[in-house]
Amino acid sequence: MSVKYSTTPSGTVTGRFSGRASLIIGAILIVALLAAPYVLYPAFVMKALCFALFACAFNLVLGFVGLLSFGHAAFFGAAAYATGYSAKFFGLTPELSILFGGLVGGVFGFVFGWVAIRRQGIYFAMITLALSQMVFFLALQVTGITGGEDGLQGVPRGELFGLISLDEPLVMYYFVVAVFLICFAFIWRVVNSPFGAVLKSIRENEPRAISLGYNVDRFKLIAFTLSAALTGVAGGTKALTVQLASLTDVQWQMSGEVILMTLLGGVGTLVGPAVGATLVVSLENFLATSGLPVTTVIGVIFVVCVLVFRRGIVGEFNAFLGRRKH
Amino acid sequence: MFELIGIPPQALFGQLLLGLINGSFYALLSLGLAVIFGMLNVINFAHGALYMLGAFVAWFLLQYLGLGYWWALVLSPVAVGAVGIVIEKTMLQRLYKLDHLYGLLFTFGLALILEGIFKHFYGVSGQSYTTPDLFKGGTNLGFMFLPYYRGWVVVLSIAVCAATWYAIEKTRLGSYLRAATENPRLVQSFGINVPVMITLTYGFGVALAGLAGVMAAPIYSVNPLMGSNLIIVVFAVVVIGGMGSIFGAVVSGYLLGLLEGLTKVFMPEAANIVVFVIMVVVLLLRPAGLFGRER
Repeated sequence: MSVKYSTTPSGTVTGRFSGRASLIIGAILIVALLAAPYVLYPAFVMKALCFALFACAFNLVLGFVGLLSFGHAAFFGAAAYATGYSAKFFGLTPELSILFGGLVGGVFGFVFGWVAIRRQGIYFAMITLALSQMVFFLALQVTGITGGEDGLQGVPRGELFGLISLDEPLVMYYFVVAVFLICFAFIWRVVNSPFGAVLKSIRENEPRAISLGYNVDRFKLIAFTLSAALTGVAGGTKALTVQLASLTDVQWQMSGEVILMTLLGGVGTLVGPAVGATLVVSLENFLATSGLPVTTVIGVIFVVCVLVFRRGIVGEFNAFLGRRKH
Repeated sequence: MFELIGIPPQALFGQLLLGLINGSFYALLSLGLAVIFGMLNVINFAHGALYMLGAFVAWFLLQYLGLGYWWALVLSPVAVGAVGIVIEKTMLQRLYKLDHLYGLLFTFGLALILEGIFKHFYGVSGQSYTTPDLFKGGTNLGFMFLPYYRGWVVVLSIAVCAATWYAIEKTRLGSYLRAATENPRLVQSFGINVPVMITLTYGFGVALAGLAGVMAAPIYSVNPLMGSNLIIVVFAVVVIGGMGSIFGAVVSGYLLGLLEGLTKVFMPEAANIVVFVIMVVVLLLRPAGLFGRER
């Protein structure tokens, strides 16, 4: 997407904050996460964290490479099944089953990317969508693994490293927080690495990146695979959290949802997708009991975001800070 | 000969006919997508939802106004086209100067809104729409049974596709359209009102979707999700055909419908995914699509 992002020309995506300010904000957020289960339902925060990770992973390709994938549900869902199946039937410990989910997500991502990167822009979106629909139909048919319409139920949370039982809600909560923070730190590291700088150069001006001698397709493929693997970790963690992997995870609506989360929070900002995910999950929680049609409300937010609010919440916030500074 | 491969001819031709019917809808929808994409550079994700709207308008006309199939065949596309024009004028128009992906995202949101509204009021079970009296029953062709209505759908869709192709490739208005696709600024400087043309093109494209919806109403049940499942397959069809040509969009629509029918006979479990598999193969061999060109 050749969009005007709120990033500074120098490319520091943490926005307009000074290094110290972002450290402080980060520290506050971490403390808030650690304290959250005493204020909010842990189950709700865990779900929000899984989707926040999903959206951050998705943003790695949309926000930093400019590839709009409409197929990330396939990675999320396939990994949820992989983690759930391996935890239930192979007896893998949670950390291993989640890693396995990440691996499966990454493999799917590599194949999707390998096929789809041949085309750009809108085509890339349509191809990833079609491929993920294929994965959906496979999931519908391979009932031996996925449980078909019923989903893979009763996924055990197991014991971390074979030692610590995750059945205790608070223990599970801190485990999910740890997974999220590790992955988020990894994404931060990728975005602020020389590799990340090349990705951003592809987003800003692909022909120029090519003429500078970068193998653009390879960078895109690596980024896409990374994003899919992280999405897989999110899907796997979600499967353990709610103890269920179902067709909802792999359906195209899920791909749309993660796009909305990213767009609402701010495409190309580091924390934006997490903010967007939290909002969307809260909103869906609220709507579920309100009797309003969820799909319609989500659609309206989508339309509003695209028409008048393209920078997203964090993007607007950064822009506001930027204006004040000048 | 058919006994040799173990497939009774009735089943084979029956599935081929079903494939041809599906192909007719693929063709009509991908035609609309191609026309819109050519002019607006927008992939209309709402196409499936507008197809659903077309079917629902037909059902409303019958249910509340007592207007039958033939009225619906005219009024429903007009209504859907009008909705399209309003959407284009009020919202879609603002997105042209941005990245094309925003057009896709906007229309996706639109599809969710429409689907959500109809799901809220009509559930997902679907309403039935009776076949018009003229086309009740069918005839035995010797090798298969042909319901009249299905024959009519195939004939009508071919006629509409051919007429659209002719209008765009052979008439003066079509030449303006093609010129504006290539270079809108130049065409505008010749005194042709390109913005109006764009609006009408979108209206026409979605009217085709509405028409397909009316045609589908007596065959499939009229339900809120009828479009969203279809549109993804149509996207794959469009990728296979390549967006460059109207002809390509139509031909690949019919071909893939037939192929899907054949797969149902020989490998039923793969029928859902055959179009996607073909898409992958085509992408590996000819990234621009069968009839497309890189742009």
